[in-house]
Amino acid sequence: MLEREVVYESVLDHDFLDEIYSLPGGHEIKKCIQCGTCSGSCPQGAVMDYAPRKIFSLIRAGFRDEVLESNTIWYCSSCYTCAVRCPKEIKITDVMYALKRIAIKEGKAKAGRKAAVLSKTFMNMVNKYGRNHETELMTRYILTADPFSAFNFMPQGWRLFSNGRLPIMPHKIKNIEQLRKILKKVEELGEI
Amino acid sequence: MKYTYYPGCSVKATANLYQESIDSVMPSFGVELEELEDWNCCGATAYMSVKELMSFAISARNLAMAEKFHRDVVTPCSACYLVLNKTNHYFNDYPDMRKKLGIALEAGGLSYSGNIRVRHLLDVMVNDVGFEKISEAATSKLEGLNIAPYYGCQIVRPFYYGCGACSDSEDAFDDPDDPICMDRLIEATGATSVKYSMKTKCCGSSLMGTEEKQALKLCRGLLADAENNGAHCIVTICPLCQMNLDIYQPKVNSLFGTKFNIPVIYFTQLIGLAMGKKPEELGLNKLAVKMTEPMKQILQGA
Repeated sequence: MLEREVVYESVLDHDFLDEIYSLPGGHEIKKCIQCGTCSGSCPQGAVMDYAPRKIFSLIRAGFRDEVLESNTIWYCSSCYTCAVRCPKEIKITDVMYALKRIAIKEGKAKAGRKAAVLSKTFMNMVNKYGRNHETELMTRYILTADPFSAFNFMPQGWRLFSNGRLPIMPHKIKNIEQLRKILKKVEELGEI
Repeated sequence: MKYTYYPGCSVKATANLYQESIDSVMPSFGVELEELEDWNCCGATAYMSVKELMSFAISARNLAMAEKFHRDVVTPCSACYLVLNKTNHYFNDYPDMRKKLGIALEAGGLSYSGNIRVRHLLDVMVNDVGFEKISEAATSKLEGLNIAPYYGCQIVRPFYYGCGACSDSEDAFDDPDDPICMDRLIEATGATSVKYSMKTKCCGSSLMGTEEKQALKLCRGLLADAENNGAHCIVTICPLCQMNLDIYQPKVNSLFGTKFNIPVIYFTQLIGLAMGKKPEELGLNKLAVKMTEPMKQILQGA
């Protein structure tokens, strides 16, 4: 039996749409014609709570929490297939990135807890060395996100190591101070 | 032909076999790759998921440093290629972002005009070097070797240099849904490029670390399509695609009960093989799924 919960207009967040509009390229979601090309093209569509077409519909209707707490945004692997196929040229992948950032900022990334940890660990790694050190990234990520899964990663780690593809030492760029000055300035200016 | 080379973090680590083949092969074609000094990570997909302007700023530092050489920037990594190009596009498309990025770069004593062209190494090989030269260099014709050309996603996505989302632009180096330049490159080496309808389907990229089952499912599809079309191996151009399909292939087999044994090699390794170079010289000894007997026999006969 199909069960439906009635959602009242008053509980919806009508500012959500403005929030998305204010992002670079965000106003483009106005143009969405709900054709579903994005959902049909998405390699992850089948496992998402709501495939991209529904996400756009939910954003426009003001279902803020449903969108931010959905697993959809974390299943987006940035393959940009939807973005190149969208007949209205909406930058769908960028909208997904924006939703990831809002969800992380507001602590709503429950469905994507692991992906959020991976992204933050990656960012810290780059801020520290100027480059990504894959070995340390994965070690830190596993220990933070799910220490018990370490066992699961071992065969792959071994395959990399035994074939000489897993460097132990990180490479730090020489002018890391310059990079930090740039980042500090961005922080002062405020994110977009 | 001299270029500013941006290797990217993976090529210096888990994809070091890619770099070995690039070092071995490129000089023969007169392609000189001068590494950008003190380059930093492009930010990939992860940085952008947490901080947007910061990710563009670190990416722009590389472009700003590259500008004084007045040469095209070339990268062998699809993610670096996409991110650096995206930075370029947005720098030019959004005045507010351009202004902020300019101020941030200035804090580091840098400036950027937005005029550097970022290209993928595959683009350089097919368009600057050309199929004819590749064919001439391919002294060991790889006849009988069936190859699935796997482009992966990001190399043919919306941030090609100068083309935006339009695949029919003259500037675009290939089509986002059905690219053919690597198919032609494979044919130029004397090998056969098999039909591969999954050629631009996603490998799962970093989902392999977070949603492993889903990423393995995508890899199964890619491997199955190659096998069904009679490919001896898959040729790719992206470090993450190679890692997922190669390092995780045994895991795909154990999860789905399949028996895939398909080596996944870089396009530069293929070119090296066609030139008669030894597999070790090209980093092929570092594959997790080693070259199979039928493949070795074809190479010996070549």
